[in-house]
Amino acid sequence: MRPGEGADLVLRGATVLDPVAGIEGVHDVIVRGGRIAELAPPGGELDELEEIDAEGLHAFPAFFDPHVHLRTPGHEHKEDLETGSRSAAAGGYCGILAMANTDPTVSTPADIEALREAAREGACVPVGFLATVTRGMEGEELTEMGAIRDAGALGFSDDGLPIRSARILRRALQYQQLCGGTIALHEEDPELSGDGVMHEGPVSAALGLAGIPSISESTMIARDAAVAGYENARIHVQHLSAAESVEAVRAAKAAGVRISCEASPHHLCVTDEEVRSLDPRRFKMNPPLRSEADRQALIEGLRDGTIDCIATDHAPHAAEEKEVPFEQAAMGVTGLETAFAALHTNLVLPGVIDLGLLIERMAGGAAPFDLGRPTLAPGNEANVALCDLGAEWTVGEEGYESRSQNSWCADSKLTGRVLMTLAAGRVAYRLRSFSLGVAA
Amino acid sequence: MRHLLAIEDLDREAIEAILDRAESFAEVGRRDIKKVPTLRGRTVVSLFYESSTRTSASFELAAKRLSADLISLKAAGSSVDKGESLKDTCATLSAYDPAAIVIRHPYAGAAQLVADWSEAAVVNAGDGKHEHPSQALLDLFTLRRRLDSLEGVRIWIVGDVLHSRVARSNLVAFQAMGAEVTVCGPPALIPRGIEQLGCEVSHSLERLGEADVVYALRLQRERMAESFVPSVREYAAHFQIDSRRLGPRQLLMHPGPVNRGVELSGEVIDSPQSLMTEQVASGLVVRMAILYELLASGPQRPVTEAGDPEQSPTPIGQPA
Repeated sequence: MRPGEGADLVLRGATVLDPVAGIEGVHDVIVRGGRIAELAPPGGELDELEEIDAEGLHAFPAFFDPHVHLRTPGHEHKEDLETGSRSAAAGGYCGILAMANTDPTVSTPADIEALREAAREGACVPVGFLATVTRGMEGEELTEMGAIRDAGALGFSDDGLPIRSARILRRALQYQQLCGGTIALHEEDPELSGDGVMHEGPVSAALGLAGIPSISESTMIARDAAVAGYENARIHVQHLSAAESVEAVRAAKAAGVRISCEASPHHLCVTDEEVRSLDPRRFKMNPPLRSEADRQALIEGLRDGTIDCIATDHAPHAAEEKEVPFEQAAMGVTGLETAFAALHTNLVLPGVIDLGLLIERMAGGAAPFDLGRPTLAPGNEANVALCDLGAEWTVGEEGYESRSQNSWCADSKLTGRVLMTLAAGRVAYRLRSFSLGVAA
Repeated sequence: MRHLLAIEDLDREAIEAILDRAESFAEVGRRDIKKVPTLRGRTVVSLFYESSTRTSASFELAAKRLSADLISLKAAGSSVDKGESLKDTCATLSAYDPAAIVIRHPYAGAAQLVADWSEAAVVNAGDGKHEHPSQALLDLFTLRRRLDSLEGVRIWIVGDVLHSRVARSNLVAFQAMGAEVTVCGPPALIPRGIEQLGCEVSHSLERLGEADVVYALRLQRERMAESFVPSVREYAAHFQIDSRRLGPRQLLMHPGPVNRGVELSGEVIDSPQSLMTEQVASGLVVRMAILYELLASGPQRPVTEAGDPEQSPTPIGQPA
């Protein structure tokens, strides 16, 4: 991220919640030189610190997203490092992992070096990069994984496409023993998905749209978990969508496979019923929105720890790629700016999951990539999401930080809003109205 | 009724209004001069992104019989061929201020988008594998003339339901009029979950005798290559409607065009139970009725030339 001074400020009277560190209570959160200096009793005398009235507001460890698309290089008309990282900061994130399915793909050490350099110049939160597992994502030859790791890639993924060949996957997992780096997998059997554009079920039957069956995902997870178990390798399953998939990951974990997985806010909050609107801007993505039973299974997986973390799969697209009939539209929705608010509105407020569990899972994506979990414990780098849990707002009303507008909750009314984000010790975001002192 | 996008949007009353209107046009059709002045001075655009014979021909003739000015566009040979987006095409056509746009498109929801992007009344003449509401209405019209009411009538829709917009629209339409519908075909060609639309599902013609009406669907030969069924012979052996399977009291329908010897045997096509010729004839009057209901029956935009905008539309039957 961009160079700059560490923050010196105090969040006065914030309700602090860091369930992993066991912190819960009202404190003055004192940040000096970009580190959490102290969680002090409210109201103490302090010098030379910017005072931020955080009474009634919540301070959480900032979030970490292991799955975003920043579209750089090649599709900067959709997003770039600056707009994508701003979008992340606005959502309370202090770190994100960018996928490698760009144009050209991120497949060489030089690609990784160039992106890291660009992120140092242009990003407002730390951005990590994955490289592709196979050259050009063609599924045939491995990239130079060792040299790519040396250049600073945090892991590997052909996300956007599955690794069709179990042989190639096995070779990559064998090579992982030399170079490390978790391999993140987009699990889908293209033979079963065919030309599907939505979840296969009663809704696709009613709409006459080709369906993507749940087993397209779960069969590949089962295959890849077996390969990973055989090689004692580490894999991370991306964007789980189906009940069968949760079961497959649960079984693999029980069998001792080194497997972690993520679920996306849209799969946790809405179902394929939304596709009846035939609105591809909000409801077309891959994997697709699935049934209510699948959504419930994902929630259960989130609760019991089968699902380690929330990942947005933030996938910006230009308007003209979405202003077409559903079947022709690009797959993907944006999610960084709304993830916390949407999950808070749809799962926490109705009592489906605890706030503490949500906060824990929102940063759970760091561990699978060997990154430290953001925490509010004193002495650590300041990574803080300051939120007003009572704030109601309409998504998109004031525009987006992202360059694209294909938010799955566009025009929805959400409750809970990120007002300010500290990332790697610096103020990465302030909601405009909050910095003017009119919010809260 | 502002648009005709899906049968799903219509209740029984709205369907009956269209069918009643079609009856009055059927009467006009028996006269020497078959043209009425209802839509004089108004423009109908027919925009076909997919090949079509009977649907485009009958919509275009319907517009002409109602005295509308007609612009007929086919995707091949137009700017669509040159990569123009549907949205831009809509903007271009809007410059002609069309009263109605009749659109056939290979993808679901296209008609809805045109309705969002233009001021015209939009008629969905088939959007992907989603809906084909005018076909369902003409089928209802055809059946109503034979059976008076569809209440309790048992209808079997047989064949490639998965790839058929006609199956979907007709399923909804038949049920809206009180019929009991069974869909029948090989498992790979019956969409998973379709029973939630309220129909029965069968993978065998064994109980076909229960049906009052057999509605056969076209099976495209490409489906064999895609392994939906192993061969035409296998399909025909299990699902072809022939004179052995079709009882003498059962009515037979098909949206056309027929693959003779695949879904239907030659003899049933030409049998007295077949309503296929009536279906084609119904197509014209029902499509006249659709255009009339959309453009002439409700409140209209003021027409400067016609003078008093409050004046009710010219009654049917006055020659132009």
